[in-house]
Amino acid sequence: MTAPEAVPAAGTAWPPLVSLRQVTRTVRIADSKELHILRGIDLDIHPSDSLSIVGRSGSGKSTLLNLLGLLDLPTEGTLSFRGMDVRALRGDARARLRGGAIGFIFQQFNLLPGRTALENVMTPLLYAEGRQFWKREKLAAAMLDRVGLGDRMRELPSNLSGGEQQRVAIARALVRTPELILADEPTGALDIETGAIVMELLDEVAAESGAALVTITHDANVAVRARSHYRLDAGVLRPEAAAA
Amino acid sequence: MTALLGAVLEAFSELRIHKTRVLLALLGVMLSVAALTSVVALGNMASAGMVQSSERMGGRAATLGVSAASAGPDQSAVVAAYAEVVDRYSIEYSSLRVDTFLGIRTPAGRIDTMSLLVEPDYGTMRRMNVVDGRWFTDADTERLAPVLIVNEAFHTLMGSPDITADPGVELLGERNVKAVIVGILANDYSGAQPQAYLLKNQTDRWEVAGVQGAPPTLEAWVPAGLADELTARITADLQAQFGPDVSVYRQDYAAQGDPYGGLTLVIGGVAGLVLLLGAVGLLNISMVTVKYRVREIGIRRSFGATSGRIFFGVMMESVVATSVAGVAGVMLSVAVVSHPRIQPLLAAGATDLPPFPIGAALVGVGSAIAVGALAGLIPALVAVRVKVIDAIRY
Repeated sequence: MTAPEAVPAAGTAWPPLVSLRQVTRTVRIADSKELHILRGIDLDIHPSDSLSIVGRSGSGKSTLLNLLGLLDLPTEGTLSFRGMDVRALRGDARARLRGGAIGFIFQQFNLLPGRTALENVMTPLLYAEGRQFWKREKLAAAMLDRVGLGDRMRELPSNLSGGEQQRVAIARALVRTPELILADEPTGALDIETGAIVMELLDEVAAESGAALVTITHDANVAVRARSHYRLDAGVLRPEAAAA
Repeated sequence: MTALLGAVLEAFSELRIHKTRVLLALLGVMLSVAALTSVVALGNMASAGMVQSSERMGGRAATLGVSAASAGPDQSAVVAAYAEVVDRYSIEYSSLRVDTFLGIRTPAGRIDTMSLLVEPDYGTMRRMNVVDGRWFTDADTERLAPVLIVNEAFHTLMGSPDITADPGVELLGERNVKAVIVGILANDYSGAQPQAYLLKNQTDRWEVAGVQGAPPTLEAWVPAGLADELTARITADLQAQFGPDVSVYRQDYAAQGDPYGGLTLVIGGVAGLVLLLGAVGLLNISMVTVKYRVREIGIRRSFGATSGRIFFGVMMESVVATSVAGVAGVMLSVAVVSHPRIQPLLAAGATDLPPFPIGAALVGVGSAIAVGALAGLIPALVAVRVKVIDAIRY
């Protein structure tokens, strides 16, 4: 990962997967005042990068996650994905790009209730086309097998432990072989030991697939696993030295 | 293709997962549709019953009553003029009619019975309600022995003989003639007087003279669109021959416009209200459901669901569900309305018991789909406005 000027290059020759240049995000609040949530963000994320972003509540982490996940657009600056200016894409095109290229992992797992682990992992494939759509059950089963839940595919989320639920969520995020994985407090709902196991798995499958992994976290133990480290403070992104 | 299939799969999955909620919501829709369909069907059937009853009284729309005769023994010129009118205007169904009283020998002695001398078409034109035996046929006009059709009161008066045994009745006059009863008509009303129908040509042949006989009239069943024009033309034709005392007029129930139009409007209004109640109930549940599903919608958006797909999915769920409920509601309505104990009550007076109106079934299913689409529209609009990350953290 690289933040040009502010952050040194990661030493890769690949073009960035995601690139933010002088990105700001502002919202209008009461009395026509503006609230600057993100200010002058410069960031490059390359394939296979692994980076963590830490910050206090209200520092703009969620907004940055929205931008990286193509769920929101910058107020100013440039956001490009695979070299395409995201702002030039229509909403549906962004959604299709997001579905095919970005996988989300959430703090509360956010598995769909009432569906089995297999059905949860199949869900993103309902939005795919071609082979991924028609072979969705096979692909989902293979992914669950990969995260060690081959024998629990027919279980409902309510019958799974927190660690197992997060592994289902990881399988779901990776089943469309995304190029970018965005993990929002992925261990926030897990105990330390389970969190460590889940993060190890996440690092492993991300490395296998060659996807870039961006982890937003409060947890220093999780942040330290990344190869690049950033801190978001009052909307400003700064590189950080690796934690001890 | 995969998008459409995916949306349908998603809709079915949602219905399966939330089956209790869906069932409760759909129960309301199903009952609304059943009520709507039943109201429309009942209205149609009751209206059909009333129309049929009216047709027995005055003929089908449009029936012209033609009278050119004054009382007198020789009406042959008038009858010939009627035949010429029928021929000239190619009128498919027509009948002479003479209202008279015929002397009948009964077990209790002679009775002068109200009688109508008609032609075979009269049965079709007046939708005669034959409960046993049959109405006149063209072959009857060629029969040597006169045939008789009587109402139930007459049949009872004669001791309720078995119709299949060709019971005979003696018509009294200067020369007594034996007639055979071939059909029994339902009484028009409770306490109806005995009444008999004979073929006009047979009474002429046997010189069966009625007492207090009215002059012959003609009834002609013509297309409603031509009724006014034919009225004017037949009037002119007959006036040229018989002078100004000719009368031609529409005598059917629809002569002054459809008298059941108001009933149809009332039924439509009630049906609309019933449907509106169902729609509001479903909309209410759908809105609550979308609020409840904000997080799920956010998750699906993060997987790449386009706003169109989310909109279509929510709509599809609603439409798929209400379509199923609509079909179930229509089936319930058919079961109730077509029940053998209920149907005769609804279509009282109908000779041909009307079947369950297909139109009512289509209105029911169509309304269910429309309600599903409308009740799905607002929640679908709400769903596409969900802010993804906020929704996921909801």
